[in-house]
Amino acid sequence: MTAAIEAEGLVKDFGKTPALAGVDLAAAAGTVLGVLGPNGAGKTTAVRILTTLLQPDGGRAAVGGYDIVTDAHRVRQLIGLTGQYASVDDGLSGTNNLVMIGRLLGLGRAEARSRAAQLLSRFDLTDAAARPVKTYSGGMRRRIDLAASLVGHPQVLFLDEPTTGLDPQARSDVWEMIRVLVADGVTVLLTTQYLDEADQLADDIVVIDHGRVIATGTPDELKAKIGGQVLEVVPADPGRVPDVASIVTSWAGEEHATQSGDRTITAQVPAAAVLAGIVRQLDENGIELAEFSLRKSSLDEVFLTLTGHRAQGAAAAGANDIRAEDDLKWASR
Amino acid sequence: MGITMSAGTLDAAAALPRRLSPVTGLRNSLTLTWRSVLKIRTNSEDLLGLSLQPIMLLLLFTYVFGGAIAHGNVRAYLDYVLPGILVQTVLFATLGTGLMLNQDISAGIFDRFRSLPIARWAPLAGAILGDVTRYVISVVVTIVLGIVLGFRIDTNPVAAIAGCLLVLAFALAMCWVSAWIGLIVKTPQGVQAFGFTAMFPIVFGSGILVPIQTMPGWLQAFAKANPLTLLAAACRGLMRGGTVAQPAAESMLWALGIVLVFAPLAVRAYRRRA
Repeated sequence: MTAAIEAEGLVKDFGKTPALAGVDLAAAAGTVLGVLGPNGAGKTTAVRILTTLLQPDGGRAAVGGYDIVTDAHRVRQLIGLTGQYASVDDGLSGTNNLVMIGRLLGLGRAEARSRAAQLLSRFDLTDAAARPVKTYSGGMRRRIDLAASLVGHPQVLFLDEPTTGLDPQARSDVWEMIRVLVADGVTVLLTTQYLDEADQLADDIVVIDHGRVIATGTPDELKAKIGGQVLEVVPADPGRVPDVASIVTSWAGEEHATQSGDRTITAQVPAAAVLAGIVRQLDENGIELAEFSLRKSSLDEVFLTLTGHRAQGAAAAGANDIRAEDDLKWASR
Repeated sequence: MGITMSAGTLDAAAALPRRLSPVTGLRNSLTLTWRSVLKIRTNSEDLLGLSLQPIMLLLLFTYVFGGAIAHGNVRAYLDYVLPGILVQTVLFATLGTGLMLNQDISAGIFDRFRSLPIARWAPLAGAILGDVTRYVISVVVTIVLGIVLGFRIDTNPVAAIAGCLLVLAFALAMCWVSAWIGLIVKTPQGVQAFGFTAMFPIVFGSGILVPIQTMPGWLQAFAKANPLTLLAAACRGLMRGGTVAQPAAESMLWALGIVLVFAPLAVRAYRRRA
């Protein structure tokens, strides 16, 4: 089985701080690999290295079987890239942007035009085709970016935070397009800070934090890895919240328990024995419960457990994320 | 199905060329030149600025300063200053190269280019070749308005065109300086500020707008060696008559020197940043 994307021990230093401190990842052909991590985790650096925009300081990587350093020109013939930094020309119309890329990829004039028209219609941009891209909305902009990366029928597509800053409707549109591409056999590497996005799209997930891979697996494996279960306890009497919190914490460990909302105590519980202990102690302390439930952990909790900090919620994402990625971009130059 | 797919993928990939042929590189450059030209055509502000600047400069120097400089003989001053304005206008227009490169990098368009299987040097070549169009526009506007105002070509059209070509050749050398600035300065605003500041002493410390005889000795020395003085003199000779060979040769020697110094600098900055 050949991997469409393979990386071993990728290292990249910007000055003193390592952006990547030995990252391994692999994506089988025709699958979606989700690279998940908070801002500044090294996701963008990894993508820039895999797409030949940046040379690694250590380690090796191959795309479609070709080394990204020694065979960069061949890698570029296989890939498509969409990211906040790999952009289209604002001053040109949608059509001209795509025609330009088609011509750069060696298509004839007529071929380039028809490919552009085809992609514009597929991404629902036919009406805006003649307008300069600077007049496009955020969602349209992302669609033309995506279309631009597909002109050359790439076998491996890199999508760096393709939905950051988009509204829910535009996000689900982009998701749908990704699904269609994958059904056509395209391999996709997708970076995201949205856990639900990785959960929805990815066959495999790599979680990166501080330039290191801290977990890998399928979404289900990752959820199972963290003890699998999440306990939620709500005392009937709000005044007992501190007591409940201290009991749960003493069994589950400080790093695994959090308080959410007014009076819900949430904790990752690794073993059934812990559960029994918590129930017994709550009972011994005479705490009446409004709710006591157990469920499979969400990726959000997985993330919290792995990184020690919460992933950005969908609502919190936006301008700040873009700026942070921009900083990274400048740092990489 | 996944395994069959990947096997097919590998077969297809084995046929991929490992390197790019120079012909493809040239084709890439021409495509990107087309893009630059298209941008000029669609960006009406740029086009307006490009034509307004020589108009303003020509009117300003002819009617505001001309009488004072040439003791009331505005026509004679126009004949003197037009080649100078030509040089000045085109020189300012070379800033566009650096500006465009800088904008492309800040906006991320360069990263798109770099992820494509195209020649590494094509975006740089495309920006520079595309800018020749801008210079031609500046030259045409300046000459046409000059003639409307009363400028007379005393030699012949061929010589006058040769004069314009001399100016364009010099601009092609200067745009490497501009490209270098565009690649080392962080923002487009920085390019503009830095570029204009650097150009002012070169433009005004020369004989392109006024005869240098009234300048203090040290400035005369500077202005005499200034390639713009030489270029304007050669251009004047080709359009109005007078010495051509020496100033033309010397200004082209300057152009060559500028290319030899700044093209490698720009390419190095380009490689580092792109």
